[in-house]
Amino acid sequence: MSTVEEVNQDDDSTRRDFLYIATAAVGAVGTGAAIWPFIDQMNPDASVRALSSAEFDLAPIEEGQGITVVWRGNPVFIRHRTPKEIEEAKAVPMSDLKDPIARNLNAPEGAEATDVNRVVDGKENILVMMAICTHLGCVPVGEAGEFDGWFCPCHGSHYDTAGRIRKGPAPTNLEVPPYKYIDDNKIVIG
Amino acid sequence: MSGHSTNYEFKNPAVKWLDSRLPIFSLMKGQAMDFPTPKNLNYWWTFGGILAIMLVIQLISGIVLAMHYTPTADLAFNSVEHIMRDVNYGWLLRYMHANGASMFFIAVYIHIFRGMYYGSYKEPREVLWMIGVFIFIAMMATAFMGYVLPWGQMSFWGAKVITNLFSAIPFVGDSVVTWLWGGFNVADPTLNRFFSLHYLLPFVLAALVFLHIWALHIPGNNNPTGVEPKSGADTIPFHPYYTMKDLYAIVVFLMVMAAFMFFAPNYMGHADNYIPANPLVTPTHIVPEWYFLPFYAILRSVPDKLLGVIAMFSSLLILLVLPWLDSSKVRSGKYRPMFKWMFWIFVFDCLVLGVVGGNPAEGHWLIIGRIATFYYFLHFIILLPLVGLMEKPKPLPASISEDVLAKSDAKSS
Amino acid sequence: MKKLFKSLAIAGILGALMSPQAMASGDGPKNAKNYSFSFEGIFGTFDRAQLKRGFLVYQEVCAGCHGLKLVNYRNLAEPGGPEFTKTEAKAIAAEAEVNDGPNAEGEMFDRPGKLSDKFVSPYPNDEAAKAGNNGALPPDLSLITKSRSGWHGSLKSLYLYSLFNGSGGPEYITSLLAGYADDPHGEEKEGLNYNPYFTGNWIAMPSPLSDDGVEYADGTKATVEQQAKDVAVFLAWAAEPKMEERKKLGFMVLLYMLVFSVLLYLVKKAIWRNVKH
Repeated sequence: MSTVEEVNQDDDSTRRDFLYIATAAVGAVGTGAAIWPFIDQMNPDASVRALSSAEFDLAPIEEGQGITVVWRGNPVFIRHRTPKEIEEAKAVPMSDLKDPIARNLNAPEGAEATDVNRVVDGKENILVMMAICTHLGCVPVGEAGEFDGWFCPCHGSHYDTAGRIRKGPAPTNLEVPPYKYIDDNKIVIG
Repeated sequence: MSGHSTNYEFKNPAVKWLDSRLPIFSLMKGQAMDFPTPKNLNYWWTFGGILAIMLVIQLISGIVLAMHYTPTADLAFNSVEHIMRDVNYGWLLRYMHANGASMFFIAVYIHIFRGMYYGSYKEPREVLWMIGVFIFIAMMATAFMGYVLPWGQMSFWGAKVITNLFSAIPFVGDSVVTWLWGGFNVADPTLNRFFSLHYLLPFVLAALVFLHIWALHIPGNNNPTGVEPKSGADTIPFHPYYTMKDLYAIVVFLMVMAAFMFFAPNYMGHADNYIPANPLVTPTHIVPEWYFLPFYAILRSVPDKLLGVIAMFSSLLILLVLPWLDSSKVRSGKYRPMFKWMFWIFVFDCLVLGVVGGNPAEGHWLIIGRIATFYYFLHFIILLPLVGLMEKPKPLPASISEDVLAKSDAKSS
Repeated sequence: MKKLFKSLAIAGILGALMSPQAMASGDGPKNAKNYSFSFEGIFGTFDRAQLKRGFLVYQEVCAGCHGLKLVNYRNLAEPGGPEFTKTEAKAIAAEAEVNDGPNAEGEMFDRPGKLSDKFVSPYPNDEAAKAGNNGALPPDLSLITKSRSGWHGSLKSLYLYSLFNGSGGPEYITSLLAGYADDPHGEEKEGLNYNPYFTGNWIAMPSPLSDDGVEYADGTKATVEQQAKDVAVFLAWAAEPKMEERKKLGFMVLLYMLVFSVLLYLVKKAIWRNVKH
């Protein structure tokens, strides 16, 4: 235990130490806050954020055809699948899938990667997904690969007719963006 | 810097390892912490530190703004407005950069006048002073080109008028101007090269600042008495004494800047620069940014084109030979009764030139401008050499300590 | 210290005299009336209802000739502005016809405006605008309150005036719109209208506002001066949509710096306590 005299002697320097620490703390907080605008300015700006949804007409896409549209600067595949393609996709047992999760932002999280979970129920002929290989971001080539779906030429990933990864280095199925039908033949992505 | 001669024993093994291979820690300790500094520096001496911070603020905010700015005549104006309206905190960064430029000049003018009053340019600090003049000139060039980038009316016409100064050069003037423009008018190519140079020059500036500090650390700081430190009793280590004092002054200075940035962000700018550049319509009054006004006034005070340009550049370059124009052996204006008056008249003269520069060159403004220009050169060429020979300086203190003691005695009695 | 203050004061006054506002006087336009607006001062904010009224005036009166091309429809619903609801802003946007394209056939087409669109200008380019207005160009109003100043002449010699009253842009717009009059000398000019606040006093735009020219939904009486004020405030917002954010942040920054500087001063004093200097 310290005596009263010792406390008095140390009183001044203790007060100073407190002042130094308090000032340093206040300075650190201020510097931290001042850095934020310089970091945040690199985030998407208001005009980019405003462009988050886009509308697309499906009517001109015939069976067995696909188009690539642009959403938020990224390519999106919209494919009008043939009954054969749908059958093929449905026939795949879950155990054959490399990634068993649907990766569909419209389906419940963690939903199984069944064919129907990759599309909108009742609109199974239309497959909408990001044209971005989940390996390192190349655009896969359509109607190609060992599973009649998509094939990424960059590093050899094979996707099936539901856009699910079957072979190659890509870790997950092609992602399905958030979209909904506003009428029978029109969708809004985003 | 001459830090390699000092050998410190660092306790941390990693620091020790690195320092024995690249002595940056020794350098820091010797030049930024233990550096012996006169103990009587007043607050006018904090502007060096303030300027260093301003350079850093301008560099960082500028680099960040360049991420969103488009240096094309068609898009420049709108890209600045895009920064102001859409980019996250874009308005903050742009107002910081624009007002930062003005605050930078306020600080540099105070810094220069402080050097003049206390004779900081005198032997052995001539090179330090001359590098300072080059820094000032580089700052002006950088600021001028930066002001062109928003591509408003004042940007455009300021660029046109200032680049046209070079047309005064005999024989090759017109070719030089065409070369500067990259065309037959200020246009896209001009804007592009100004952006490139505006980005480059600050780094040149930073290099010059490095030389400036190096040249400062050879003789050490001047001080309000102008008497060199004689013993250890006259100096204190830079850290923590001056680091803390400078930091305090920096925060106070930044408060003034923040007040402008947040509550009067366009006060130091010009309304016309919110009108997109139009090569077909000249604004009624072309006024450069306030920090150029004194030099602009000198330019316009001379009725001849070439001589006006020469006068303007001379008014800057004459600063380079200032150490040899002042004949007095006494450094500090404190001990020079006549010079002290002359100094304040000179400051007043510069302010008058500033006011004249902001007004149209006609009527009484023209006359006042001519008198003030005449006095500007009179001060350097005639008065400074003469007064040094004529005046009888007050007795100098034997040392800094003696002066400090005398002052504190006077205070306590 | 006393001396320091004295020299600082002198430098301050002279510095103010040296401000860029220092420009020619001479017999130019009349000084704008110094209206007081709710957005002035350190804590000033825009009056939402007034911004909405001002938008109505812009939309019904000004937009026929003047664009607002730097403003997006989405801005109408953003905080710090008129703060229309998103649905209202969408409806406002949808009234505009935006030229878009090319479509799959390579044709340009018109579609209703979206929130992400910028305000559609009434003329496709300056030449068309001039051709439609007897050779006079109706300026875009996006930055009009920042690109005009309301103070001239004798006030200008008081450079501190602009520091505390701003550049007078919104005051100028109000004064101009409410200030049409007959020329005191009884003069008339073909295609020009007398307005003492305008540079040169003769303006191509005829007096655009009339009493009850618009009908305010909030019941405010639509006098000419009221409409002029409202639209000036709306344009002040359009020119500086981040003003409220700026002032709010600025107050916090200054408060912080005040505290920090006091602490630093105490630190400095504590460190220097044993040094005579």
